[in-house]
Amino acid sequence: MKLIIAIVKPFKAEEVREALSELGVTGMTVTEVKGFGRQKGHTELYRGAEYVVDFLPKTKIEVAVTDELAEQALDAISKAAATGKIGDGKLFVLPLEQVVRIRTGETGESAV
Amino acid sequence: MLKTKLKQAMATCVALLAVLPSLALAQDEINGANTAWILTATALVLFMTVPGLSLFYAGLVRSKNVLSVLMQCFSIAAVISVIWLIYGYSIAFGPADGGWWGGLDKVFLSGVTVDSVWGDIPEPLFIAFQMTFAIITPALIVGAFAERMKFSSLVVFVVLWATLVYFPVCHWVWNSNGWLFQMGLIDFAGGTVVHVTAGLAAAVMAIMLGKRRGFLTAPLMPHNLTMTFTGAGMLWVGWYGFNAGSALGANGSASMALLATHMSASAGALTWMGIEWVRHGKPSGLGAVTGMVAGLATVTPAAGSVGPAGGMLLGIMGGALCFAATNFLKQRVKIDDSLDVFPVHGVGGILGTLMAAVLVSTDLGVFSGNGYAEGMTMASQFGVQVVGVLATGVYTAVVTIILMKLVGLLTAGNRVTPEQELTGLDITSHDERGYSL
Repeated sequence: MKLIIAIVKPFKAEEVREALSELGVTGMTVTEVKGFGRQKGHTELYRGAEYVVDFLPKTKIEVAVTDELAEQALDAISKAAATGKIGDGKLFVLPLEQVVRIRTGETGESAV
Repeated sequence: MLKTKLKQAMATCVALLAVLPSLALAQDEINGANTAWILTATALVLFMTVPGLSLFYAGLVRSKNVLSVLMQCFSIAAVISVIWLIYGYSIAFGPADGGWWGGLDKVFLSGVTVDSVWGDIPEPLFIAFQMTFAIITPALIVGAFAERMKFSSLVVFVVLWATLVYFPVCHWVWNSNGWLFQMGLIDFAGGTVVHVTAGLAAAVMAIMLGKRRGFLTAPLMPHNLTMTFTGAGMLWVGWYGFNAGSALGANGSASMALLATHMSASAGALTWMGIEWVRHGKPSGLGAVTGMVAGLATVTPAAGSVGPAGGMLLGIMGGALCFAATNFLKQRVKIDDSLDVFPVHGVGGILGTLMAAVLVSTDLGVFSGNGYAEGMTMASQFGVQVVGVLATGVYTAVVTIILMKLVGLLTAGNRVTPEQELTGLDITSHDERGYSL
């Protein structure tokens, strides 16, 4: 099992969800986050006071998938989140040791 | 023959006697239309402070200080109202002559009853209307010391400042015994009384309190410009009461003041955002609302003297000059007047007070105003306006310096500790937070 952490542009989050749903992914966790990568920040101007804003708003999507589905899921997210411009985000893939469905007590791939 | 003439004369005398009491009373009769309008205007001007100015300012500070700013404006409204009742009205509008203050005859509004009359409106209404001006003036200064002044120091300062600056200056300019009034100063709705006093006090306090931590190095950004827009809209609407209400009647003067005020606000907003558009490539929302406030502050002293086109000119001049002043003070002089009270209100108030001497003229074609008082020329009126600005400005600055020193001693320092400033005033001054999301 893998845990995929995707950092994407906020307005792309909905398309990512749709693409993953088509693959049969049934759940995910979404968080509004801030950060920076190569895109860097931008400047904002308030009544003559100029501020460099380093952290840009992004959406973090966490999704657990079976090993079998992992490659397809990465591919689907990449396609859905891409604009071709700087700041499209990143995907992190982590090995997932265990998953438990709290209501039934199921564990492993059947709980994903 | 003689008898009939005598009879006629006697009849005339009787008739006259019958008429006389009503003639004497005419001056004390209440005009319903004027009363209705000033009741409305009073509500509009209070609406400018709570919630208008409060929201305007609250949106401009960081989220950790939002409540402290709301609390400061709200508390000022409450405390000024109470001292206005106790002695403020008496100092400002009491009957004493001499030109400097109104004396203490009207302490606790002594002698004011439901039948008391001021001009042709009820005196209780005049008291309430003027009270709303006394409230908003110190509330304007909040912007200068936002995010770093101790609440206790603020309360003591505001009481003393209103007592020694606002109430007397109000007497000088707006009471018919006042020395600036008698000199012929044009200040229709508070260019000197409200904006010069608030602006100068703001500049002095910003300098004496020192910069906020991180001024010009860390982002001290507005936390909610939506809130600022909301408050700014309320200010614009409320200003109808402020300026048109200052005619103290439902008449042509009030109507023309309303129109001139509106044009100045519009032109001010367009000017500020236009300059930003040219200089920075984009017009900002904060720029538009700040330009609007600059236009409103600038037209305030002149609203009863200028025409609508004159109002528009004032808005353009106010928008441009206040924009330049804001940038100059922040970037060059590096004074941390947190929410730009001096460059917007002070500079706008001074500009409008001086320009009133020009735009009141009837010889300016479409830009003409309502004409000079008898015996005044553009030069002599301008001289009076300069005296008015200098007198109120210098007096305010000097008294504010003394009061800041005094209050600092009384409350063991005017400023919160660096830790409190870092944590935010909502938690450290009030034990609560603005947002629990």
